[in-house]
Amino acid sequence: MSKKPRVKISDISREDGQPLIELRNEDLMPLPAPLDDPAREREWSEIPEKARQAYECNLDNTVAVNIPKPKSKEEEEELVKKFLAGLEKLFIKEDNWTFLQPLVLTMEHCAGCQTCSDACHLYEASGHNELYRPTYRTEIMRRLYFKYVRHGGLLAAFQHGDIKLNWALVARLIELSYRCNLCRRCAQTCPVGADNGLVAHELRKLFSQEMGIAAKELHDNGSVLQLKVGSSTGMNALVVKDNIEFIDEDMEEKTGVKVETPWDVEGADVLLIHNAGEIMAWPENPGAFAIILDAAGISWTLSSELAGYDSINYGLWYDDAQFARVALKHAAAARKLGVKKIVLGECGHAHKALSVIADRVLLGEANIPRESSMALLHDIVMNDRVKLDPSRNDFPVTLHDPCNLVRLMGVVEPQRDILRKIAPQFREMYPHGVDNYCCGGGSGFAIMSGNNFEDWRFHVAGRKKLEQILNAFSDCAEDTSINKYICAPCSNCKGQFRDMINYYDLWNKNHIGYGGLVELIVNAMVDVKPGFIDWEWH
Amino acid sequence: MTLIVYVLVLLGILSFLIASIARAVRYARQSLHLRWELYPVPHEAPERVEHGGSYYEEVNWWTKPLKFNWVSEMKVMLPEIAFLKGLWEFNRPLWWRSYPFHLGLYLVIGAGKLLVITALLTIFAPGWMGGGFETVLKALYTGCGALGAGLAVAGAFGLMLRRLRDPDLRNYTAPGDIFNLLFFIVAFGLLIAGYILRGPDVSVLGLTVGALRLDTSLHIPGVMAAGLILTSLLIAYVPLTHMAHFIAKYFTYHSVRWDDAPASLAGEMQKKFAEYLAYRPDWSAPHIVGDGTKTWVYIATTIPDGEGRKK
Repeated sequence: MSKKPRVKISDISREDGQPLIELRNEDLMPLPAPLDDPAREREWSEIPEKARQAYECNLDNTVAVNIPKPKSKEEEEELVKKFLAGLEKLFIKEDNWTFLQPLVLTMEHCAGCQTCSDACHLYEASGHNELYRPTYRTEIMRRLYFKYVRHGGLLAAFQHGDIKLNWALVARLIELSYRCNLCRRCAQTCPVGADNGLVAHELRKLFSQEMGIAAKELHDNGSVLQLKVGSSTGMNALVVKDNIEFIDEDMEEKTGVKVETPWDVEGADVLLIHNAGEIMAWPENPGAFAIILDAAGISWTLSSELAGYDSINYGLWYDDAQFARVALKHAAAARKLGVKKIVLGECGHAHKALSVIADRVLLGEANIPRESSMALLHDIVMNDRVKLDPSRNDFPVTLHDPCNLVRLMGVVEPQRDILRKIAPQFREMYPHGVDNYCCGGGSGFAIMSGNNFEDWRFHVAGRKKLEQILNAFSDCAEDTSINKYICAPCSNCKGQFRDMINYYDLWNKNHIGYGGLVELIVNAMVDVKPGFIDWEWH
Repeated sequence: MTLIVYVLVLLGILSFLIASIARAVRYARQSLHLRWELYPVPHEAPERVEHGGSYYEEVNWWTKPLKFNWVSEMKVMLPEIAFLKGLWEFNRPLWWRSYPFHLGLYLVIGAGKLLVITALLTIFAPGWMGGGFETVLKALYTGCGALGAGLAVAGAFGLMLRRLRDPDLRNYTAPGDIFNLLFFIVAFGLLIAGYILRGPDVSVLGLTVGALRLDTSLHIPGVMAAGLILTSLLIAYVPLTHMAHFIAKYFTYHSVRWDDAPASLAGEMQKKFAEYLAYRPDWSAPHIVGDGTKTWVYIATTIPDGEGRKK
C-alpha cells in the first residue's frame, strides 16, 4: 500500500481546483480468491475531459453530481450565500422539523473518537482513506454549524476547530455527500449515538431543497419523472400494463401455470407495489410474485394510478418534499382501491420509505397499513400454502441483507426462515443480519454510473460486499460446475450485484449469479415446471 | 478565601444543574421528527430482540398488540451506562482509557454525595455518628474519592496522549479537546494533592460540615482550595460542551435509535404531526414551490410543473 499524506480538514477549502485524493488499485483493501489475482482487477477510467471542463471535479477521481463550474467569482459567492442560507434552514424547525432533533444531537455531541470508522465499508475498502472516513464530512459540517449557525466565534474555533468557507468547500461537500451509502452502519457503533449517515442525508437535502442541486439520476430522471409519468422507468400506466401482460404470457409458458395479473381490483386485500425497475430489468420477479400469490389464494391487485405501480421513492435519499409527494401518491393509490393493506415487493428503500419514514406524514385515513412482502411470503411458505420441493434449489445460496429492510426496518428473519426451508445449501455471509454491509449501491448509487462513477462504485462502494460474497462461496468459488446464488430481496441491491458481477466477470469465470427471494420460491414449487431460475441469463 | 471557595463550589453545582436541565429541556422541546430508528431496538418482543427484528416481521402486524420489552431494554441500558459496553464491543483500545476515566467520574460523584450525606448526618443526626457507621461512611467516601480521582486523572491522561499521538485522531482534535482533558487532569490532580498535603488539622468532613453551615472560620489549605475552585469551574463548564453527552445520549437512544412508535396507533402523535405539516418552510429551490408562504401540506400535495429546476 502506498504511503500518501492524509487529507486534512482544511484541504476541503483548497482553491487549486485539484482533487484531494486519487485512488489507485494498490491502495484498496485486498480481495480474497479468485479476485486476489491483480489481472482480475480492472483499471480506473479517467473522468472524461468534457466533464472535467464543465463540472467541478475537485474531490477524488470520480464525479457523481455534475455541478457546473461557476462562471465568475460573483457566481461563486452567490452559491456560497445560498449554501449558508440552506445550512441555517437545516436547523430551523419550520424548515426541517423532519430531522432536526437527530441532526442537532449529532452536531453537538460527537466525541471525535473514530469508533465509527471501522464500521464503514467505504473507509475500509478504500484502504482507510481519510476522505471516506465517516467523520470527515461530519467534522466539516460541525465546524460550519458552530461557526455560522451558532455564531460561536473564536470560542467555537477553539472548542471545535475552525473552517474556511468558500466555493471550493461547498463544491467538494456536494460531491462528498454522495460518497456515503446512507447505510448507517457507522451509527450502530457510535458510543454516543451520533449519526454520520444522517449528516450526509441532510447535506444532500440542503443542496437539493435550497440550491436545486442533486444527482440527476435521483431527481430529474428519478422522482421528477415518477411524479410526471408514474414511474422513474418512464413507463406510464398503458406501457406498464402492456409489459405485465407480456410477463404473464412469458411466465405461463415458462411455468405451465396460468398467470393473469389483476389490475385495479377495488376492495382487494392486498395492493402489491413493485419497484418498477423489476418489470423492466427482472421480469421474472413480478412474475414469480403473481404465481405465488395466486397459488396461495391471496386476493391482490396492482394499481395503475400515478406512481401506484412503482414503489421507488428516491426522495428518501435527498429531498423531503419529493419524498412526501411520492409517499402520498402511494397512499392515494391504495385509498382509491379501498385495499386492506399495501404490500411492498422486493425493494429495500421502498420498504423503509413507505413503512417507516412516511409513517408520520401519512395521517388519518392516509395511514393505510403497510406490510413487507417478506412477512407475507413467510406466512405463505411456513404455513405450506404452496407446495415446495427444496431439492430443486440444491445449490449454494447466500443471503444479502438490504440495509433499508434489515438494519433500518428490522425485517431480519422471515427471509432466512424461508431460505432454511427451501434452500438446502443456504449459508450466511459474515457478518449478517443487522450487522451486514451495504451492497455498495445504497442511497441511489445502484442507478448512478455517469462519467466514471461506476469505477468508484465497484472498486470502493461494493468491495466489502464482494469480499463477503467470495468468502461465503469460498468452498466452491472457482468451481464453474456449481452455480451459486446471491439472494438479494431488493431491486437496488440487485442492480448493484448485476453490474458488479459483470464488472468482475463473476458469472462467466465463477458462476456466481444473483436474484430475488420469490424466484427461489417459485423454483421450488412442485406445481411449476422445473428450472424457473434462468442461470444463463446472467 | 474560605467563603469564596464555598460560594464557588455552590455556584459550580448550581450552574451544572441549571445548564444540564436547560440542555435537556432544549432537546426535549424540539419537534418530534420522522422515524429514524436503527435495529436492534431492544424493547422489541423477546423473540425478536436476539436477531434485531421488529414488529414488521409479522404478517398483519398492526392487528397485534405491541409489547414494550422493558426487561430487554434494561439489559442493554444498564451495561451501557455502567460499563460503556458499546465502546468495549466496537473500540476496545479506547475503552481501556475511556472506561477508567468515566468510572473515575462515577466514583468521584458517588464520593461527593456520600460526603454530603455524612456531613448532613453529622449536623442533623449526630447521635448516628461517632461509631462504626461513621467509620464505614468515611472509608467509603475516602476510598471512592481517592480511587475515582486517580482513575479519572489516569484516564484523562491516557485519552489526551491518544489524542496527541494517534494520527487517526489528528484531524478531529481541536485545541478545546486537549484543554478539556487537561482541565480534568489539573483539577482532579490538585484535589488529590490537596488531600494528601492537607495537614493533620484539616478534615474533609469538617470542611464539608463547615460549608453546609457557612462557617467561614475554617481554614482551607491553598492547594486544596485551588483544587476545589478548579473542580467547581469544571463542573459548571462540562454541561456547556459536547462532554454533556450524558444528557444527549438519552435522546440519541430513546428518541432516535429506539423510537419505533408507529403513528397509526398514536392519536396524540398524529395531532402533533398535523401541526408540523402546517408550518411554512422557506426552502428556495424552485421545485419546492414554497416561497416561504405555503405549508408543508401544500408543498407535499403540489407537483411542480416541468422539471422544477433552474436552468
